[in-house]
Amino acid sequence: MFKNPEELKYTKTHEWVKEEDGLYVVGLTDFAQDALGDIVFVNLPSVGDPVTAGEAFSDVESVKAVSDVFSPVTGVVAEVNEAIVDDPASVNSDCYGSWLIKVADVTGTEELLDAKAYEEVCANEA
Amino acid sequence: MKLLFERSVKGRGSDILPDITTGTYKPEGKYLRQSRMHLPEISEVDLGRHYTQLMKQTHGVNDGFYPLGSCTMKYNPRVDEETASLPSFTQIHPLQPLSTVQGCMEVLYKAEKLLCEITGMDAMTFEPAAGAHGEYTGLLLIRKYHQDRNDSERVNIIVPDSAHGTNPASAAMAGFKVVNIPSNDRGGVDLDALRAAVGKDTAGLMLTNPNTLGLFDPNILEITKIVHEAGGLCYYDGANLNAIMGRVRPGDMGFDCVHLNLHKTFATPHGGGGPGSGPVGCKDFLKKFLPCHMVEERDEFYYFADPEKSMGQVRSFYGNFLVVVKALTYILTLGKKGIPEASGKAVLNANYMMHQLKDHYHVAYDQICMHEFVLGLDDLKKKTGVSAMDIAKGSLDYGIHPPTMYFPLIVHEALMFEPAETESRETIDEAVKIYLDLYEKAHSDPEYLHNAPHHCPIGRPDDVKAAREPVLKYEFND
Repeated sequence: MFKNPEELKYTKTHEWVKEEDGLYVVGLTDFAQDALGDIVFVNLPSVGDPVTAGEAFSDVESVKAVSDVFSPVTGVVAEVNEAIVDDPASVNSDCYGSWLIKVADVTGTEELLDAKAYEEVCANEA
Repeated sequence: MKLLFERSVKGRGSDILPDITTGTYKPEGKYLRQSRMHLPEISEVDLGRHYTQLMKQTHGVNDGFYPLGSCTMKYNPRVDEETASLPSFTQIHPLQPLSTVQGCMEVLYKAEKLLCEITGMDAMTFEPAAGAHGEYTGLLLIRKYHQDRNDSERVNIIVPDSAHGTNPASAAMAGFKVVNIPSNDRGGVDLDALRAAVGKDTAGLMLTNPNTLGLFDPNILEITKIVHEAGGLCYYDGANLNAIMGRVRPGDMGFDCVHLNLHKTFATPHGGGGPGSGPVGCKDFLKKFLPCHMVEERDEFYYFADPEKSMGQVRSFYGNFLVVVKALTYILTLGKKGIPEASGKAVLNANYMMHQLKDHYHVAYDQICMHEFVLGLDDLKKKTGVSAMDIAKGSLDYGIHPPTMYFPLIVHEALMFEPAETESRETIDEAVKIYLDLYEKAHSDPEYLHNAPHHCPIGRPDDVKAAREPVLKYEFND
């Protein structure tokens, strides 16, 4: 019942990632935005910050709680999506368009799942 | 309703304020503010009506059942408030000669001794102004301890995933790296995960016991032993002391330092922003690192002394003194018999309530609880669409304040109930009946609960809009 586009890779902690022009684009999945509820604040790292696979690089706040967002890859932040800081609701309305960061110089990744395997993760948690 | 500023009429006075008796002083021009002050000018009767109207829109512990418990607002005996209002406690100055405030010094001294007895600690500072401030101070103690031994490798603080959010935040503020460990299927610390997490880089462990699920960890002695054997210290978050005071002591569980929330457990109303008090107690070997201004006594004279390797001050003067007055009054009025009775009744009330709800609602960890228990409404939400938020809002129509919602995070659609020790059996029976009604309503008319409350002075505020577009101050036209 959640949308998990075929062309993306996923983590067990509900982030999506895709490779685009040598950068890794990272965002929150449909399952994640639905579980969080209305997102009211997104805290993003700065360009140049290192990120480590499996470690938190951002936090998002909904009316329920503040939750960590974990990086699927190890590398350096090349771009951050400032637009979602001003409009956090866009993560709810368009989670696959509203990316959080783009990562360069990637040296390692988490265990990444394809859409089918990730669907099973969601089914087990739902 | 109109705000005070909107009720204000220029020139309309009130005789509530006393006359100035000290003469006036006009500062130099460059120190004078340029903008208008906008102090409301309002008569006494209008002022009274304003606050009465505000009061009618809220729900307090004097209105009805308030299952946030000691976490936010347990009922506090009036006598504690009366004692703290005595002029000899309120009309003093922190810099007046010690010989003129010996009674106040004795309050700090006695409160320290009694709270040390309750926690199993050897010394305690009253400087920290609230719980998280206490956590921070306790972590600085741990840091000082390792620094003093020239051990700079210990940078990690271990925090279980069920911890209060302030724990990792305080650890990060104190310059540590936070290592999260998962809970086991009984809601306690996963011992294998803890063993795997400790090492030469472990500065300490932060734990609250009972934990945020309201469960007492049966492995507590093993937990503190594992951390100690790795060379780390154990920090006790006193947020849930209401469950165990007078019965077991953090010091006997193997903890090296603790913070208490006098404003949770020991009779100061809070939940409105303070003032609080988060005293930090420690074992003898950490005493020399405590903040300045420890009260000592010689020949019946009380005076301040700074510990040998003190971390310095963590707050101005001696903390929120009047909160300590309330705590001492509370402890002395309950006494050695009453303190364990209070914690016992708090635990009994929680179990009594949980037992009556569990045939309908899903109890997240179905075992004997301590002073609080957690329901997981995940299944109810899937079946009926009614969320924990809806049930909480619905209870407002029945004159019940919502319990803690969506915490702890490891339980989905969590509602955490803490009746506390002062509620009667009749009150709890009545509350249970209401929650069972709400359960019924969730199945018969979910839409009704989505829009609840229906009979309160204000309906359901738009919390998303409030968070996304907060209005944080009043905008004047001129």
